[in-house]
Amino acid sequence: MIIRAMKDDTGGQILLAVLLAAVLLVPILSLAVPDSSPLHLSTYTVTLLGKYLCYALLAVAVDLVWGYLGILSLGHGAFFALGGYAMGMYLMRQIGDRGVYGDPVLPDFMVFLDWKELPWFWQGFDMFWFAALMALLAPGVLAYLFGYLAFRSRVTGVYLSIITQALTYALMLAFFRNEMGFGGNNGLTDFKDLLGFDLQSDATRAGLFVASALALGLGYLACRIIVTSRLGRVTVAIRDAESRTRFIGYRVEQIKAAIFTFSAMLAGLAGALYVPQVGIINPSEFSPINSIEIVIWVAVGGRATLYGAAVGALMVNYGKSLFTAVFPDAWLFALGGLFVLVTLLLPRGLTGLLRQRSAG
Amino acid sequence: MSSSRHGTRGNAPILAKLLLFLTCLTLTTGLSAETLEATLAQLAERSFKVKLEAVESIATSEDGRALSILEALAAGELYTWKGVPRVVIGRKSGRTMHLLDPLTGQALGEGRAKKIILNNAMRVALRGAIAARTLSSPDPAARLGAAREMLGDTSPAATKALATQLEREQDAEVRAAITLALAIARLGAQEADTRLAAVTALEASLYPEARNALLPLAEADPDPAVKAAATKTLEDIDQLLAWNARAETLFFGLSLGSVLVLAAIGLAITFGVMGVINMAHGELIMLGAYTTYLVQSALPGWIDYSLVLAIPAAFIVSGLFGIAIERTVIRFLYGRPLETLLATFGISLILQQLVRTFISAQNVVVQNPSWMSGSWQINPALALTYNRLYILIFALLVFAALLVILRRTALGLEVRAVSQNRAMARAMGVRSERVDALTFGLGAGIAGVAGVALSQLTNVGPNMGQAYIIDSFMVVVFGGVGNLWGTLVGGMTLGIANKVMEPWAGAVLAKILVLIFIILFIQKRPRGLFPQRGRAAEG
Amino acid sequence: MGGQVARWQYLNPGKTLAETLNISHKTLLYVEGVTVSFDGFRALNDLSFYVDLGELRCVIGPNGAGKTTMMDVVTGKTRPDSGYVFFGQTINLLELDEPRIAQAGIGRKFQKPTVFESHSVFENLELAMAGDKRVWPTLRARLSGEQRDRIDEVLGIVGLREQARGLAGALSHGQKQWLEIGMLLMQDPLLLLVDEPVAGMTHQEMDRTAELLRSLAGRHSVVVVEHDMDFVRSIAKRVTVLHQGAVLAEGSMDDVQQDPRVVEVYLGE
Repeated sequence: MIIRAMKDDTGGQILLAVLLAAVLLVPILSLAVPDSSPLHLSTYTVTLLGKYLCYALLAVAVDLVWGYLGILSLGHGAFFALGGYAMGMYLMRQIGDRGVYGDPVLPDFMVFLDWKELPWFWQGFDMFWFAALMALLAPGVLAYLFGYLAFRSRVTGVYLSIITQALTYALMLAFFRNEMGFGGNNGLTDFKDLLGFDLQSDATRAGLFVASALALGLGYLACRIIVTSRLGRVTVAIRDAESRTRFIGYRVEQIKAAIFTFSAMLAGLAGALYVPQVGIINPSEFSPINSIEIVIWVAVGGRATLYGAAVGALMVNYGKSLFTAVFPDAWLFALGGLFVLVTLLLPRGLTGLLRQRSAG
Repeated sequence: MSSSRHGTRGNAPILAKLLLFLTCLTLTTGLSAETLEATLAQLAERSFKVKLEAVESIATSEDGRALSILEALAAGELYTWKGVPRVVIGRKSGRTMHLLDPLTGQALGEGRAKKIILNNAMRVALRGAIAARTLSSPDPAARLGAAREMLGDTSPAATKALATQLEREQDAEVRAAITLALAIARLGAQEADTRLAAVTALEASLYPEARNALLPLAEADPDPAVKAAATKTLEDIDQLLAWNARAETLFFGLSLGSVLVLAAIGLAITFGVMGVINMAHGELIMLGAYTTYLVQSALPGWIDYSLVLAIPAAFIVSGLFGIAIERTVIRFLYGRPLETLLATFGISLILQQLVRTFISAQNVVVQNPSWMSGSWQINPALALTYNRLYILIFALLVFAALLVILRRTALGLEVRAVSQNRAMARAMGVRSERVDALTFGLGAGIAGVAGVALSQLTNVGPNMGQAYIIDSFMVVVFGGVGNLWGTLVGGMTLGIANKVMEPWAGAVLAKILVLIFIILFIQKRPRGLFPQRGRAAEG
Repeated sequence: MGGQVARWQYLNPGKTLAETLNISHKTLLYVEGVTVSFDGFRALNDLSFYVDLGELRCVIGPNGAGKTTMMDVVTGKTRPDSGYVFFGQTINLLELDEPRIAQAGIGRKFQKPTVFESHSVFENLELAMAGDKRVWPTLRARLSGEQRDRIDEVLGIVGLREQARGLAGALSHGQKQWLEIGMLLMQDPLLLLVDEPVAGMTHQEMDRTAELLRSLAGRHSVVVVEHDMDFVRSIAKRVTVLHQGAVLAEGSMDDVQQDPRVVEVYLGE
């Protein structure tokens, strides 16, 4: 199945090979090679790379629904953030009595708000398996409910994009509220350890990098399996001629809801891996601009290729790191210009350009 | 005024001045001045009790100048002159203190003085006394103000002053105010009949003082008839107040609605008529607001007029930006709405950064002209602020103007033709490219005009556009794409819904609920409140 | 009642909707008293119309007579204001949505040919193939040898064997029409609704299409909506004339053409 899925996907093969190499090399370069060596990777770099991989997974998830199903989701930032909050809640509970107020159960912000007991929706988050499950289920259930309602009513195209944006905007406003019980403005932070491993240690960071690379690799494979199956051909059929697909007997809304849900869960996974690496999750992750930025990563890489999305996410974020270090003020000009140029001049993205070159 | 004071300031010995002053005093005011002077001296005492007596004595004095003394005292301008046993008016200018005679207003030069300290009882007495004295002022507006001031003052002196004034009062409005104040005062009367008459007089009064005064009677008046009447009157008043509160909510809702309509109506054109998703719409609004700021900065002395000037300026600035965006980007993307969304989002980022780089990353201060401030007091429980009122009217005017442009002008005809059937319109000789550019420019220009209005209500900063873009899309989608009336009704409905929910849900939750409502609404009616109907729309 | 049964049967994976079809009366499609209005305009006006098992029926009528709306109602795209539409004796089509109607055995070709342009011709037929079209089975679906043979057979019927591996988007207009008919055949429908199959075709293509549709009748019931009178004459045994949303005349082509009301409608007053 995997061989069949990857057979004609040169870009994907390269991506997986690079990921495999990174999984093997990065921990060695970070942990075994001495600090003095030029080959040594600092913890900062490892964390940065791990962050990029989470973004890449997120971009692959967006490409699955945008490239193959025609749904321009402006809500994937929300699914990412929900996954991140689930992980953040686990990490908060791991702090235990090491918080500023030293309450063994309640996180600091709850003590600060003078709450007496843990709200019901925080129950269970002291267990890693539960939090991990929620990181997938919370975005998955939301995506399924939202998607099923929207797709059943045949909300498509820009309308769908706009209401996905409204969804993430509403969630952002909600998470900003202290009463929601997710730390309000400040979100969740001051994490100490994950499964007993100190989050600040080099080894944990390398481990998180490896986990992110594996998640990206497996997520990529899963998406490839879907798009090379008959279901994948049906999604493209829906993208190109939705009503025709319906008239040959496919239940379009169920297929859309299923793919959308799967994609949201991938986004949630990416968020869950992202949070322990950056050490904070707050409501600004829900901001609509984040969701649109993901779309531009996909567009830069080339939509409907999957590996293009990953490449786009890595390139744009690397560019962002470079740019904001050198000309912090110009980043928005560059990003804005990127949006305009890619849509006008590179509708198939950079990988499309490469394929054109190699074909012609 | 201050220059004249400075002009008369001299270095003559204090004693000589004092002598001169005393001479003047006896010459001009005679005996009553002496008594007033004596009472004034009492104010320099330490004891609050003595000071209070002095205030009461000045209040009942026949002397015409008593009022200005009381006012000076209330304003904290009365001082005791250090070293000289007399009370003076002191006005600080920088580090120096200019002293004036409280009876004549004559300048006494500079000196060190100690402020006369008031306590609460004195303040209450002062307010009542000033109002009671103002009540006999020749100016009806001052009398009206005094009568309002005396609402709830149940002291015998106040009652007496009110009753006296009522007998000779000619002005109807002032009479009504005095009657009301008197009724409130008489609620505390000994005789049940007087109280009953007072309760009846307070029927349908919306002054909070009336309601407060009625409360104890309704709860525990010894006379059952008075108690019943007070209870009934109170209920009626509460009902009236509730209606006024509803009217106020409605006004706030319409006000928010008008902002939404202003923000969304340009979008209704670019999205509804042209099918273009313009994510930079919010930034075109922002440009309009910044134009207002620039026009005000260019004409610093003309704040009252520059706002009016900013309307066409903002229309032109945002409109030109819109045309530029259409010509350079959007025209290559017709028929690909999702790509348009991405490209215009990029433009929105660039516009934000332009403002940050060339003007400021901070919010700028846009001033309100004087005619926009203040409020229209419809009754004691309902006041509509002028800025919101004008913006509501302005939104309706813009809406009407847009309807006229689309329905009655050649451009409007061409716009509608191109939006319905581009190929056919071109075949008929419509230059569709020019129409596209102008339509987009019109939508953008209206966004700019909306920015002028918004600059009067909210902070003007580089991010202000982002706050409106999602709301604007919600309004257009909710109202029904391609239908201007839908945008008007949709915007107003959402505005009112928001404000109705705010009291019990809070502002943020109300907004979230409205968003959720729209998301669910679109599931039920994907084409909005006023869908474009007919066979063509089915496809 | 019938709809209830059909709905219940749909939930029962043991028996597909198509298997519940009852055609003991030899009539496949019942359209009775159907009215559809758009903004006060009556597209269908108390239309009654029946299709027998295995028959080839042509529907003609001037523009706006309601031909396409009739197909929209049968396939679930448009809901009528009143009336009944039954497939066989038991299946109430008004209670089903488009995919279920398709699964029950009704295929439709649109006026404007719509095929999946970024898939190959072969894949287009594969997607249309009858079978379990729910999410999970579709994800796990593999083509069996038998299914390949069936696709190959249909490719032969519609004459696209040589283009099988090419993208559907690269086909000519006429070939797309045939591919769409081929996709209908893959669904194994009992009833084919074919909207203007020869619009924009050359004479040769038209002849082949006529042959194709004639060969389908018998195994399938075929309803063809067409403007081209020569084409209709070449294939039709029975013709229904629609006018202002109702049936004006029905019978053989000759009968219909001699009907004074039909002449009036087509030639004007």
